[in-house]
Amino acid sequence: MTWEPRIVAILCRWCAYAGADLAGVSRLKYPPNVIPIRVPCSGRVDPQFILEAFENGADGVLIGGCHIPSDCHYVAGNFKAMKRIAMVRKMLEVAGIEPERVRLEWISASEGEKFARVVREFTETLRDLGPLEREVKR
Amino acid sequence: MPKRRIGVFVCHCGRNIAGTVNIEKLVAALEKNPRVAYVTDYKYMCSDPGQKLLEDAIREKKLDAVVIAACSPSMHEDTFRKAGVRAGINPYLVEIANIREQVSWVHDDMERATEKAIRVTETVVEKVWGDEPLQDIEVGVVKRALVVGGGIAGMQAALDIADAGYEVVLVEKSPTIGGHMAQLSETFPTLDCSQCILTPKMVAVSRHPNIRLLTNSEVVDVEGYVGNFKVKIKKRPRYVDPDVCNLCGECERVCPAYAPNEFDRDLNVRKAIYIPFPQAIPAAYVIDPDVCLSFRSFKGALSGKPIICGRCSEVCEAKAINYDEGVEIEEVEVGAIIIATGYDLYGKENIGEYGYGKYENVIDSLQFERMLSSTGPTGGKIVRPSDGKVPKRVAFIQCCGSRDEQHLPYCSKICCMYTAKHAMMYRERVPDGEAYVFYIDIRAGGKGYEEFVKRVQEEFEVKYVRGRVSKLYEEGGKVRVHAADTLLGKPIKMDFDLVVLAMGIVPSPIDELAGALRIQRDSYGFLKEVHPKLRPVESATTGIFIAGAAHGPKDIPDTVAQASAAASKALGILTQEKLQHEPVVCTVDEDVCAACHVCESVCPYGAITVGEVAEVNEVLCEGCGTCVAACPTGAASLRNYRNDQIIAMIRAALRAGGGER
Repeated sequence: MTWEPRIVAILCRWCAYAGADLAGVSRLKYPPNVIPIRVPCSGRVDPQFILEAFENGADGVLIGGCHIPSDCHYVAGNFKAMKRIAMVRKMLEVAGIEPERVRLEWISASEGEKFARVVREFTETLRDLGPLEREVKR
Repeated sequence: MPKRRIGVFVCHCGRNIAGTVNIEKLVAALEKNPRVAYVTDYKYMCSDPGQKLLEDAIREKKLDAVVIAACSPSMHEDTFRKAGVRAGINPYLVEIANIREQVSWVHDDMERATEKAIRVTETVVEKVWGDEPLQDIEVGVVKRALVVGGGIAGMQAALDIADAGYEVVLVEKSPTIGGHMAQLSETFPTLDCSQCILTPKMVAVSRHPNIRLLTNSEVVDVEGYVGNFKVKIKKRPRYVDPDVCNLCGECERVCPAYAPNEFDRDLNVRKAIYIPFPQAIPAAYVIDPDVCLSFRSFKGALSGKPIICGRCSEVCEAKAINYDEGVEIEEVEVGAIIIATGYDLYGKENIGEYGYGKYENVIDSLQFERMLSSTGPTGGKIVRPSDGKVPKRVAFIQCCGSRDEQHLPYCSKICCMYTAKHAMMYRERVPDGEAYVFYIDIRAGGKGYEEFVKRVQEEFEVKYVRGRVSKLYEEGGKVRVHAADTLLGKPIKMDFDLVVLAMGIVPSPIDELAGALRIQRDSYGFLKEVHPKLRPVESATTGIFIAGAAHGPKDIPDTVAQASAAASKALGILTQEKLQHEPVVCTVDEDVCAACHVCESVCPYGAITVGEVAEVNEVLCEGCGTCVAACPTGAASLRNYRNDQIIAMIRAALRAGGGER
């Protein structure tokens, strides 16, 4: 079997998850490489989750939240996510993992099209990057 | 020893799921999952027989948690939770695996869609494995509302709530209710006399048995949460007992101290003891301690007894005046709060190109409004403030401050309409006068608005010039205006007898109040709603609602509509005996918490206070989990979205095929 990138998508329930639902309702097709996990808010995303995903076989992690500045259901969780994910990207870079493997997207409940496009694009990006090398080369 | 007996129910949704996902394979994979005690599938889980099948299986197989692999949780989570409750399990141990909207409807390849459906269902199995049974948090409700601001918004909201049979405390900063609407002459587009439609409402507010009116008062502190707010109100002294004052006016006649009359926008003066306007409510005089000689002579040194003046007290036959009155702090308990603090005009003094408000014959729109009013400083006559002559050529300049990156980037919304009204009133009262309106765009969205502007342009022959005024200055007793007519592409230089600036709208100063209430404001200082479309009158803090121009520039119809909406939202709380609050809230492990305050600083609801350790107010907490992700020690957690649960879900999402572990 050919290699397929594996993506964990951590989606806020109010915007990104609802956007993913709309993609379904609109019957938009995208690659099945992504497994969604529904959380209350992108501000709930602990950097640890992203590292756990990579450790357990993910090739990419997608975080979906409400549009900045003011769509967040919980006022400003999206801003917290933005800061944290910028930090995670830096950490990954230091660890030798391409920061492009973490993607943060603002997807509203009305953007089914955007969700499908993001998954398509991200899957392609990860195909180009290839499988995440988990073994440390000496 | 499994923590839970989990049952998984796979829905075919007719062909919707079964057409793309191999149900047999999905069921087989789940049967291999050691966390799953029972698996079955059915054509339509949400149908009556489907729900019955679920309930029966819960009882027969002694399940204590279930996963329904079906459509999105936004569709039927509630349906299945209720079915679970009927069969005796906790609603928070019913979870949905979305294999329709996010699997079968978006993929074609059956093999890969089936594999994804397995992964998606197994992540949810992991979640429910770690879920705790939760009980809704119940809180009592104080059946009383607080309305802050006694303008048309606050009055409308207070009356609606009071009419529904609930008590209202209405707090107004100034000595009278009425707000800006009381200052207006006529209202667009129907030209109703503002006072005629407003004052009966003011009287209704003052006479309503369910409304307690506190004027000259301010909210200084708010504690608590929805259903149970404790509000501290500072009542400034009025020095005149409104129940005793009979409005004879003797005090005002003898008072020797003058001050600019703020109600008339400083176009004339009032005394230190005054009534803001004849129809003011409460209908009583008030002493302005900043102007009154008696108070000024002391500067608060002694008790405030007059040693210099005291004339008003001498002539007051009703004995209504009491210089000894002091500031009082009153605490009230309320279940819901409506903020309707209104607006101010952006100050002329902010705009350099228009002379920083220093030319006498350049006035703002509210000053013009006062001039139009028959109870105003000129008795309804339009005159030049400099010499009292009737102006024969008047310029109305729109967007003064508004839609200007240097000043207020937003549109103030009402200026196009009131300027049209002003120009019309001017032409009506000075038929031989010329009116020019300088505008950028005409925004006349509203019932009968566009027609009104057309009428002003055509019937009243007001000349509309499209272009911004670049500068104005006094020249030979007139005001010279430089502008560009952008339609003709020509610069304009014209002299006017009077210039009226349609100043933009800014929120009334509410820094302290917003701080006390912990509610959000936008970058311009207007109060922020939770959702601009679907929850337009709710603040992010449950139980606090917003109405009127404090939320953004608004005309009277919109303000009244929003006030009634806020009142009905508040009534939605007041009519409850108990409030149910989602139990999916944050918790703190006291043994681990280092009291570092990080959680407190990120919480958007002020739900966390830190003493020895952090404590979460479960009623204020909305369960976003931002504090959990920020907590450096791992002490903070979110019920049923704990770190260990989400990590288990991530692992399940990445597990290699077929449920093997």
